[in-house]
Amino acid sequence: MSTSISYQLTVNGVDYPVEGGPGLSLLRAIRDQVGLTGTKEGCDDCECGACMVLIDGRPVNSCSFLAAQAQGRSVTTVEGLADEHGLHPLQQSMLDCGGVQCGFCTPGMIMSAHALLAENPDPTEEEIRIGISGNLCRCTGYTNIVAAVQALTGQQ
Amino acid sequence: MGTEMSSSVSTEMSPEPSTASTFTIATTVEEAVAALAAGATVVAGGSDLVVGHRQGKAPLPDHLVAIDRVAELARIDRDDDGGLTIGAVVTHAQLVVDPTVVADYTALADGSALVGSPATRNVGTLGGNIMNGSPAMDTGAPLVVLGAVLELRSPGGTRSLPPAELWTGPGHSSAAADELLVACRLPARPERSGSAYVRLEYRRAMEIAVVGAAALVSLDEGGALSQLRVALTAVAPTIIEVGGLDDMAGRTIDAGVLDEVAARSRAAATPISDLRAGDQYRRHCVGVMAKRAVAAAAARAEGHTIAVPVNRSIGVGAAAMAGGTPLKGFTS
Repeated sequence: MSTSISYQLTVNGVDYPVEGGPGLSLLRAIRDQVGLTGTKEGCDDCECGACMVLIDGRPVNSCSFLAAQAQGRSVTTVEGLADEHGLHPLQQSMLDCGGVQCGFCTPGMIMSAHALLAENPDPTEEEIRIGISGNLCRCTGYTNIVAAVQALTGQQ
Repeated sequence: MGTEMSSSVSTEMSPEPSTASTFTIATTVEEAVAALAAGATVVAGGSDLVVGHRQGKAPLPDHLVAIDRVAELARIDRDDDGGLTIGAVVTHAQLVVDPTVVADYTALADGSALVGSPATRNVGTLGGNIMNGSPAMDTGAPLVVLGAVLELRSPGGTRSLPPAELWTGPGHSSAAADELLVACRLPARPERSGSAYVRLEYRRAMEIAVVGAAALVSLDEGGALSQLRVALTAVAPTIIEVGGLDDMAGRTIDAGVLDEVAARSRAAATPISDLRAGDQYRRHCVGVMAKRAVAAAAARAEGHTIAVPVNRSIGVGAAAMAGGTPLKGFTS
């Protein structure tokens, strides 16, 4: 029988206390304890990417990453992108290009695309498709999502 | 335990301290080995352990030791003898951008580049891939043909063994519960050699090999084969090597050689039928993958550049090309 352990998680630059069994996923910690629900639970099986967050800047499936293992690391969720001036350019581009339909995949998709552009500001279409290859979308057919990322390439 | 941060101390909170869950973040190999000896289970990236737990394959152990912050295990080092030592928690993302891995151990880069998605490759480690021992692992066949030697550490000391002696069945290994995989050593790349890994896949991301094959081709000064090694993915309870290829030495790679490699690969395979493929289809296709792997490895041995992974740069059919390079003897 698992017992609880307590620790801190740094999410979008803020420290939050977290408590749970060693098997507590980062996704559940973010949604249930940190209280940020932009990060979605899709498959809970490392397949769909709806739960994508950044750990030290790199995309990770939070459903299958232990919350306790994220101690001392910097976690970024979709809520960490927009600032007081409004939506992050990627969020705006997704809206402008029609990359959002039901919206469930959108936060995870944006986190993968954000990490890609941070590492490679001028990706080819192929590199964009690889960058979001861990994110499933059942609505858009991906074309407009790729276009939304392409609209921001070469802007660094 | 753990020196990086105060929260890295094992935390226990329970009315029954003896049964309390523990989560240790190790920062040295010694800490990790000690935790293992005390009964903890290793978690590296968690992409197999946690998903397996979620799918109900195995409950998550109450005592875990995270080894992803052990700096010594996250390094790729050139050895004095020209070989390479890859730490157990080096991720697939690290491997595919490492210049030495791409240049000299290309089949391994081919394999790591195909694992899951960018997110999977960011957390998934070479050591996790090795220790989980799936017969469908994409790095296994490359490691076999490249001549990998694995180093296991325990309180009793260190032992080294080839992967074939580690893998005993699907998900089973000969490692004792207190043994920690610390490194994978690859010998210096033979002169005029090249390697490649190719797999059959139904989609281009988040896929598991239907079957796959890796090849190491070494050529003599005249361009004839001096060494050929081929290993196969997902056609047996473990990754297997196709034996008895030494008699190919001295021959020039052509359609006849590739057909023989395919036939011997099919003969070595003992595939199962499951949701991904039937056994007869697997047996046939592993021969095709072996031909592609040998042809691509031979082209690399001749100095041609075929981008990693071969799966994304190979053309098939009568005009088989890879990155603009015609593949000798390759017709199907």
